Amino acid sequence: MTTIKEQEKIQEQFKERMDEDELLNCMRCGFCLPTCPTYIESGFKESQSPRGRIALMKAVVDGLIEPDAEFERSLELCLGCRACEPVCPSGVNYGHLLEDARDIINQNKQHSLPARVVRKTVFQGLFPHPNRMRGAVGLLGFYQRSGIQTLARKIGFLGLLPDSLATMEKILPKVPTMKEMKNRPDYLPAIAEKVHRVAFFSGCLMDTMFLKTNDATMKLLQLAGCEVVIPESQVCCGALHGHSGEKQTAKELAKKNIIAFEELDVDFIITNAGGCGAFLVDYDHLLQDDPEWKGRAKTFAEKVKDISEVLVAVDFHKKVKMELPPQVITYQDSCHLRNVMKTAAAPRVLLQAIAGVKYKEMVDADRCCGSAGIYNIVESEMSMVMLDYKMKQAKETHATTIVTANPGCLLQMQLGIEREGLSSKIRGVHIVDLLAQAVKQD
Amino acid sequence: MLANEVKEQLIAIVTKANFDDSKTERLVYSYDATPNFQSMPDAVISPRNTTEVTEILKVCNQHQVPIVPRGSGTNLCAGTCPTEGGIVLLFKQMNRILEIDEENLTVTVQPGVITLDMINAVEKRGLFYPPDPSSMKISTIGGNINENSGGLRGLKYGVTRDYVMALEVVLPNGDVIRTGGKLAKDVAGYDLTRLFVGSEGTLGVITEATLKLIPMPETKKTMLALYQDLNAAAKSVSAIIANKIIPTTLEFLDQPTLKVVEEFSQIGLPTNVQAVLLIEQDGPPEVVERDLIRMAEICKQEQAVSIQIAASEAEAEALRTARRAALSAIARLKPTTILEDATVPRSEIAKMVQAINEIAEKYQLEICTFGHAGDGNLHPTCATDARNHEEMERVEQAFAEIFAKAIDLGGTITGEHGVGAMKAPYLEWKLKAEGIAAMKAIKLAFDPQNIMNPGKVFAKDSKKRVVITR
Ligand SMILES: Cc1cc2nc3c(=O)[nH]c(=O)nc-3n(C[C@H](O)[C@H](O)[C@H](O)COP(=O)(O)OP(=O)(O)OC[C@H]3O[C@@H](n4cnc5c(N)ncnc54)[C@H](O)[C@@H]3O)c2cc1C
Ligand code: SF4
Ligand code: SF4
Repeated sequence: MTTIKEQEKIQEQFKERMDEDELLNCMRCGFCLPTCPTYIESGFKESQSPRGRIALMKAVVDGLIEPDAEFERSLELCLGCRACEPVCPSGVNYGHLLEDARDIINQNKQHSLPARVVRKTVFQGLFPHPNRMRGAVGLLGFYQRSGIQTLARKIGFLGLLPDSLATMEKILPKVPTMKEMKNRPDYLPAIAEKVHRVAFFSGCLMDTMFLKTNDATMKLLQLAGCEVVIPESQVCCGALHGHSGEKQTAKELAKKNIIAFEELDVDFIITNAGGCGAFLVDYDHLLQDDPEWKGRAKTFAEKVKDISEVLVAVDFHKKVKMELPPQVITYQDSCHLRNVMKTAAAPRVLLQAIAGVKYKEMVDADRCCGSAGIYNIVESEMSMVMLDYKMKQAKETHATTIVTANPGCLLQMQLGIEREGLSSKIRGVHIVDLLAQAVKQD
Repeated sequence: MLANEVKEQLIAIVTKANFDDSKTERLVYSYDATPNFQSMPDAVISPRNTTEVTEILKVCNQHQVPIVPRGSGTNLCAGTCPTEGGIVLLFKQMNRILEIDEENLTVTVQPGVITLDMINAVEKRGLFYPPDPSSMKISTIGGNINENSGGLRGLKYGVTRDYVMALEVVLPNGDVIRTGGKLAKDVAGYDLTRLFVGSEGTLGVITEATLKLIPMPETKKTMLALYQDLNAAAKSVSAIIANKIIPTTLEFLDQPTLKVVEEFSQIGLPTNVQAVLLIEQDGPPEVVERDLIRMAEICKQEQAVSIQIAASEAEAEALRTARRAALSAIARLKPTTILEDATVPRSEIAKMVQAINEIAEKYQLEICTFGHAGDGNLHPTCATDARNHEEMERVEQAFAEIFAKAIDLGGTITGEHGVGAMKAPYLEWKLKAEGIAAMKAIKLAFDPQNIMNPGKVFAKDSKKRVVITR
């Protein structure tokens, strides 16, 4: 709960810091309503819609309402999926408004003690530090390999966790060993004739828990004729911080990354996680008030591309033969990849180029799966509603392979598959892993 | 604030879950798509059926609590802004399609159903519901009926009014009446169905509607005619109709509108011409082909610089979607968009376009014009900033002049967006005092306590034009 005093401070900061032009840019036409997952799942509550949330933010600025618990609740329940942006004819940048609003609330409010500890550990103690990240994920590996996992499952310890978390524990990928995580290359030559020099943004979660996917990504880039540099000094993109009201930390991380990449003389900075990529392309906005960094951030942001875009641009799917055993596959968009990076066609082009498989588009593939950063942990209930809808649509396609392009989405898909008891029939994979498998068949 | 007694009675009717008077919930129903209108209701209530609506109305009538029925709040006349407080009545739980009757070609729906959802459902059966307001992806049938909404297909197929066959209405005293029927003919008494169409929630609450369907046209073709001269484009509209062709769609977009729409939709709209007409014809293939050729010829005679025919349905749909985004896309330009809805006889459209341009120049305003040219219905839209009072004065004067011109040309102050609170002070311009008196008498007969959407349609006192409320 926020105290009256905190509310007053929040209101004051709303007046000072919220972008009034952006708030006014919303002309309240409602074109965004039918694409907003929380509006739909809440049974069409305006307070759970983009138009409603913008009006609420504006009302706090205008002093019509106080930023009370209900106001906060409306913002908390927002997935931040940004599906409301590409459909807005007026071009309202909802994501930026949300980020600022959350930052203000977070900076001016005393969290409960447990929440404070968790936030501090995760946002400041863990994610910004690659070493600690490896350590934490390494612990998970120890848990999986040591037999404690089996033991914990037997004792029923997991039964104490909320449903979705307990299932989550089962679906986490087998993590690599500490040794594997530490031995990362920093340069890889092109395998085919060289067409581009690119840098790879490895991402903190991707470079630990999803190490194999990163290896596959670099392999594909090499095959596509890219020379790949992987700067050691890169750090977490800061998305998790930015979206959770820890903007200052996000800015510091952004600066570190800009420094890590700006001298490399590359054509593109490649990501394989929509969530990271979308935050990276927004660095110029994040640092817009910082004259020293703004321009540098822009140069950085303009180079950021998802791997699928680059593969399609160099005709990878036409040059390299891909084939897999017969199966139906479907693709679940990563919200940020689609709505912010505007990458929607490329993954589909690549998947449809794989010989032997049948690609089937699922209904509402562009609707958020409910993963949304840490949303599925903090807003478990709503997240599971989203996931159930998603699984229903996925099942309709009869696909045995659900492809995604972001680690969070992938985990959520796997969670969905596990919840439906379909893990023996359906698998969730990252697009890069599937493409790498298809190439290997050759 | 609602009296405690009233609040308790309302909760007893709809249960706690469907009643809300928290600040947050009230705020998000304090506005609609009309700029510069905002006012908080005292509570928000979501009935689940006609019986609950009846009970609610009885309570409100007894305690004289204003009721603002609200669909999706996309109206452009401050029609759902609770200017006098009271309760906002939502239909989000009354949003089912009750029946598609293929023998009588009708569809029966609850008021909260989304227009496009219903259109899609009937099209699956090979049937066609023509009224397609640009907001159809969001708007509700209840809203469409109460605003008598038009759309891109209005020229050939008419507006919502032409498709409403029967209504179930709850009157302020709690009486439930049924008007009309699935009947091709019906002269039993006054035509109350038509009276309720376009009544803007001021006479009663519509709880069910039976709408007319027609068979799906066999084919459809779409083309763009490009012009370097605004007048030439406008003249083509009258010329096409004078040549006895009634196309499905005949929409006008000027260059400033094209530019913003292209910025949003990125489908390669021409932005280097002064205006385009979006023209569509549907029907049997031979007829469509013939009409398209003839219309292309007419456009060329009227100095169209080029004609582009959509190569596929996907391309045609992209053009229509882009057109539908026009109004919101103009909001990109400046913080406030003030739009008008003046309508003139089709033959006067060229004069109206010219007048709008001259007025924009005179007051030095950025006015984008688009609209249902074939219906004589234009939407001159001014991109401005409500915070700039000096400019707002000029906007006000410019629109007053546009209005006067429209009425001068035999037109009306609003073609399809309704009167609401926004145009109420202006209604007398069109109706004269006697016309208003006749309408007030009707209002009083149905709603003696004035609880149904008060402050809408009829102004407390007739002032000159209001664009801003200060
Ligand atoms: C971008 C944009 C484009 C638009 N394009 C068009 C267009 O092409 N053509 C056009 O005609 N309009 C258009 N409009 C205006 C608007 O969308 C229409 O008036 C639409 O019909 C309103 O539907 P709604 O569900 O949002 O109704 P609301 O705005 O919620 O309500 C409209 C009126 O209906 C009353 N009402 C709603 N339901 C009931 C009920 N069950 N019983 C009694 N009264 C009720 C309300 O009190 C109010 O007076 C557009 C609006 C926008 C924002
Ligand atoms: S589509 Fe854009 S302008 Fe329209 S209500 Fe949503 S955010 Fe506002
Ligand atoms: S970000 Fe997603 S959940 Fe949030 S308002 Fe936009 S569409 Fe809705």
